[in-house]
Amino acid sequence: MTDDLIARLSDDLRPAPKRAIPRRLGLGLIAGAILAAAAMLAWLGLRPDLDEAMSGMMFWWKFLYTAAFAALAFWAATRLARPGGSMRRPMIALFALIVFAGAVGVAQLVVMPPAMSHQLVMGISALVCPFYIVALSIPLYAATVLAMRRLAPTNLPGAGLAAGLLAGSAAAWIYAFHCTENGMPFLAIWYTTGILISAVLGAIAGRWALRW
Amino acid sequence: MTRQMTPAPDSEARLKPLMLAALAGDRAAYRLLLADLGAHLKRYFARRLSNPAAVDDLVQETLLAIHTRRDTYDPAQPLTAWVHAIARYKLIDHFRRSKLRATLPLEDDAAIFADDDAGSATDRHDVEAALATIPARPADLIRQVKLEGASIAEAAERTGMSESAVKVAIHRGLKALTARFSGGADDR
Repeated sequence: MTDDLIARLSDDLRPAPKRAIPRRLGLGLIAGAILAAAAMLAWLGLRPDLDEAMSGMMFWWKFLYTAAFAALAFWAATRLARPGGSMRRPMIALFALIVFAGAVGVAQLVVMPPAMSHQLVMGISALVCPFYIVALSIPLYAATVLAMRRLAPTNLPGAGLAAGLLAGSAAAWIYAFHCTENGMPFLAIWYTTGILISAVLGAIAGRWALRW
Repeated sequence: MTRQMTPAPDSEARLKPLMLAALAGDRAAYRLLLADLGAHLKRYFARRLSNPAAVDDLVQETLLAIHTRRDTYDPAQPLTAWVHAIARYKLIDHFRRSKLRATLPLEDDAAIFADDDAGSATDRHDVEAALATIPARPADLIRQVKLEGASIAEAAERTGMSESAVKVAIHRGLKALTARFSGGADDR
């Protein structure tokens, strides 16, 4: 009966599409991002001063930090979606990115008057920011996991972690269009916290959500 | 632990070109590849599992996974490593499922083994065929005590033999079975 199976499978053979992994994960990411963006607009809304903010630096720091995070997480996810894939290099790069953001945050605290420190670190939304990021990451995580299940992750907690990092950082990128905070330390601490909580939840859920 | 599937250079050199041709749509190459992988996988699982039915299931599941997920193979990587990762995943998945089964409460057994009806029916058939090759009396005692779970005392009572005679008959019967099957037993 194994011979029958082999005969059937080889009759069913079609040329394999190239670059299937980034394509599938990319489509999942876009679908999840559309859902998360719709949820953000309906629930939180764009920041009222978006036009003005786009001419300042801080908006772009948030935009670029979360986008770079998402790019590295996407790299990790493409590797973990492959049998036997390792995410050592993407993880080292992500760690370096977090350290860089932390260093910029510390530099800002040193340069700015000490009286502003509390505002730069805590802003007005320190504790709700990670919560919103995690909440917005849920549709992104679901879409990423659906895409990944059709690929072949063999390290499920690792692949779940990568999917959580990707979902969390894309959610943070979307959240940045709502958030009015202006401190680099705030970005380095609270955005990163939200992304890492998403990642841990993703690793835990991945153990069963990613089974194929 | 990866003796069987690690990039043995000759397997890699033989199989990778077949895989590349298959990815481009070459059915003949693909058939050769799957047959070769099937034999490797069978040995890989047979070394790790004692149940031949489970080995066959896993071979087929793994071949199917290789087929449906072949676009996750990166030609820059060794094919044998990719196949090994999938086979290992399927093996762990199998252990996870059988462990789940083993930790379920006893009263769930009926529902679980209902899935295995075909397997246990054929097993039972094989046992009966084997018992038919030894004399009827010890065969009957073996059936009662070893298969149906009767105690020695119950079997003695039913057959009107003494308990020690039952034990001796069963012992001789099993010895006869062993003698009959010890020659050709290693190819399952």
